[in-house]
Amino acid sequence: MRQFLAIGTSVPRQEASEKVTGIAKYTNDINTTGLLHVKMVTSSCAHGTIVSIDTSKARKAPGVRAVLTGRDFPILTGSPLADRPPIAIDKVRYHGEPVAVVVADQEYQAMNAAKLVDVAYHPLPVVNSPTEAIRSQAPLVHENLASYKRFEAVYPVPGTNIANHVKIRKGDMQKGWAESDVAIEASFSIPQSDHAAMETRCATAEIKPNGRVEIYSASQSPYVIRDMLSLFFSIDPSQIVVHTPLVGGAFGGKAPVQLEFIAYLASKAVGGRKVKLVNSREEDFITSPVHIGLDAKVKLGATKQGKIVAAEITYLFDGGAYSDRAAIITRAAAQDCTGPYRIDNVHCDSFCMYTNHPYATSFRGFGHPELTFVIERAMDILAARLNLDPLTLRRQIAIGPGDTTPTQTVLTTSNVGNLAQCIDKLKEIIRWNDEPQVVVEGHKVRTKGVSCFWKNSSTPTDAGAGAVLLLNRDGSARLVCGAVEIGQGTKTVLSQIVAERMKMNVDQIYVEMEVNTDTCPEHWKTVASRSTLLVGRAALAAADDAIRQLRHIASVVLGCSADHLEIGFGRVYQKDNPQIGVQISEIAHGYRLPNGNTIGSQVIGRGSYTMRDLTSLDPETGKGNPGPEWGVGAQAVEVEFDTKDLTYRVVRASAVIDAGKVMNPKAARGQMTGGMSMGLSFASREAFLYNKAGIIQNPRFRTYKDHRYGDHPEYLVDFVETPHLEAPYGLRGIGEHGVIGMPAALANSLSLATGIAMNRLPLTPEAIWREKKENTGDSFRF
Amino acid sequence: MTIPRIPKVSIDLLVNNEMRNVVVRPSDTLLRVLREVLGLTGAKPGCENGDCGSCTVLIDGWPMKSCIMLAVEAVNQQITTIEGLKDTPIQNAFLEQWAFQCGYCTPGFIMNCHALVNIHPDANDKVIQEWLESNICRCTGYEEIEAAVKSVLSKQRSDGRYSH
Repeated sequence: MRQFLAIGTSVPRQEASEKVTGIAKYTNDINTTGLLHVKMVTSSCAHGTIVSIDTSKARKAPGVRAVLTGRDFPILTGSPLADRPPIAIDKVRYHGEPVAVVVADQEYQAMNAAKLVDVAYHPLPVVNSPTEAIRSQAPLVHENLASYKRFEAVYPVPGTNIANHVKIRKGDMQKGWAESDVAIEASFSIPQSDHAAMETRCATAEIKPNGRVEIYSASQSPYVIRDMLSLFFSIDPSQIVVHTPLVGGAFGGKAPVQLEFIAYLASKAVGGRKVKLVNSREEDFITSPVHIGLDAKVKLGATKQGKIVAAEITYLFDGGAYSDRAAIITRAAAQDCTGPYRIDNVHCDSFCMYTNHPYATSFRGFGHPELTFVIERAMDILAARLNLDPLTLRRQIAIGPGDTTPTQTVLTTSNVGNLAQCIDKLKEIIRWNDEPQVVVEGHKVRTKGVSCFWKNSSTPTDAGAGAVLLLNRDGSARLVCGAVEIGQGTKTVLSQIVAERMKMNVDQIYVEMEVNTDTCPEHWKTVASRSTLLVGRAALAAADDAIRQLRHIASVVLGCSADHLEIGFGRVYQKDNPQIGVQISEIAHGYRLPNGNTIGSQVIGRGSYTMRDLTSLDPETGKGNPGPEWGVGAQAVEVEFDTKDLTYRVVRASAVIDAGKVMNPKAARGQMTGGMSMGLSFASREAFLYNKAGIIQNPRFRTYKDHRYGDHPEYLVDFVETPHLEAPYGLRGIGEHGVIGMPAALANSLSLATGIAMNRLPLTPEAIWREKKENTGDSFRF
Repeated sequence: MTIPRIPKVSIDLLVNNEMRNVVVRPSDTLLRVLREVLGLTGAKPGCENGDCGSCTVLIDGWPMKSCIMLAVEAVNQQITTIEGLKDTPIQNAFLEQWAFQCGYCTPGFIMNCHALVNIHPDANDKVIQEWLESNICRCTGYEEIEAAVKSVLSKQRSDGRYSH
């Protein structure tokens, strides 16, 4: 049996004491005298041509050094599709879009001057939902779609508002429908909302006289910032350095590159001087990218016994005005479109739609909370139609080894977690069989709703990471890597991985918090719950490399073969006689001889890792292997619903997920409960409210409601451990997973409580009231 | 439109028990002066609209959102920031209970909780909620923060530091 020293223990966060004393530094905390401040002028119109921009008054305002408009640097940025000018050119496509930028000595001066920029718009008809966007007579958000450069597999349809179309064609639909005894059909809708990380996005830029570009950014993707600046502004990548200190929450919203481009242009406009651009909360809500919305239609065909034999799914994602990562989310949702179920015949069309809403990017779960809401609501509707227990239905068709995914990947015991076991464990912790699903006490109804989920990442086939392990003279070690600490605790888990491999005390491993793209080995980006896999593998390789060097030096010192030596507990020692050995502190920088010379020199371990065996998806069928493993889980929400005033309280939220290996129990629980809170928050109350002109009515915390203290339920969290053989110690990603099933479980619970199919988010009492009042359309009555 | 220039003023602020002389615009918020003039960046801007609580400091022991208070209003009052707290029970409780992840809202929460346990040692669930719902944490599910504040309250009670 493997002896775990550091893995599986709740090692405190590396940066914990900094965070409770206020000394932890985030991007906007780094104060530099003499830097200039940038403020954006943003669009008050959701769709319109820019008739004129008068910057003359702003240029004359006190402290102003430059005013820029989109025409000053007419380029298009964005990945996978270059469709977005950093500052609008000739046309605006969403409320909040940057139309001009002011650079001034002081931030208040830039703000005052920004108000003096006079922009005249000619309004155009607004595309206010993805369903509107796909109509043949819909106004076009982008007229020149065909001309946009593409950097990844993405399939826009020129002459429409379709930025990407991903197809899944598996099995034989005709056969599936012929075998069906029952069919259910339903529509679903999720509005756009926001990540709302507490730290608003912030970037500084400086172009030095020798051409070196230096960026500081609150980002999940410092290496991508470097590469995108290089790509779009034709700068040698070795001339760009990006620094990312601690990040104050991200949730996918800090993965794309936006403010960095604007800050770079602003610096260029003032002769390369250092500039800082910080989003106000209002800008962070709507000017910067948001949490994606979705309209969906699902038709499921099943046998009387509950075998699903046909699934026809249409996803219309609200990608907003520019495609950004929404185009890839569209693919992610297609590849896992059915949820974690064994279904032989699948037809899915997943569309990334342009609308006149803020543009969407990755949000924790990357399309999975949204697709899960749709599929898991449909599963409950189907279970009711078949008169089957919702968890029994799910359990009997739970996907597992030997089954194929919608992308026709064959599952193994390694590349998918054990869903059946998660369901069984969930049943126990929520007392599913011991208590009725519905309990009525006067005008209060208590109900339990459930949801399963799965998630793979949409990782580039060559995504990778590196790590360097530097040994200090005292035998402790410093790990340098490119993973960003956004609150998820990856760096602490990395210290555990290294400590475990080197059998060292975890207190002896320090992990550098700041990422510097010049000095830290490259890491793809801190997204997709994949940093512990990618950087973890690199860190393991670095530890092995350091061990090899230590054993080599020790073999010379001890006069034996390195093969006879073992490492652990601060020493290198002989396997057959542990008494004979040498302290690591005596050899970490070479073993010092009496004459002052040394045997060997500083031990520096290096390691790197690149994803393997992934393939891109076939554009016609979706066949391919999109990511390294599917994490799975089962979740439940218990609500107490008041039938008089239609309010409700979430009493309990539960989750069992397959973590592969729980590396740090407290950190893992925190990731789960935090994710569950975020999922309940967006499902129950978060939404951007648009008027008919596409203007957002609530871009601030006073009107955009999210979970506060006291809204939190009791959390029940448990884990299953089915190792992913490719990952360090068998771990699976868990950072996003707590969110995924919550909206569906809440909606299933409330559908049961209200007797109305709750197929639209957010589930506010007002929405319940409206559904009760209208109760029209395709809603299915329980 | 012309923007009037209003002269800066020199004021003395008592911050973390030190008298600090600062030259500020009358319209500068306390948050901006703490961060940008005094370098006390523990208090964080989260909304600068009084909605999120990440900028919370103590004014004469009471929690105050420093983004909606002018620096000139803080003259003659005791200002305490997170940098002024050392090894307090609530900081230790946040460490023990893992009551933070990204850490950005943490100073504001700690200041609010610190004042709460001092001012309302007998706080029940309702009082705790009234106080803490003024701050937003986007990372945790709030259960760890609840555990932290309750652990300090119950420790205080069992130590008999407060008797009511």
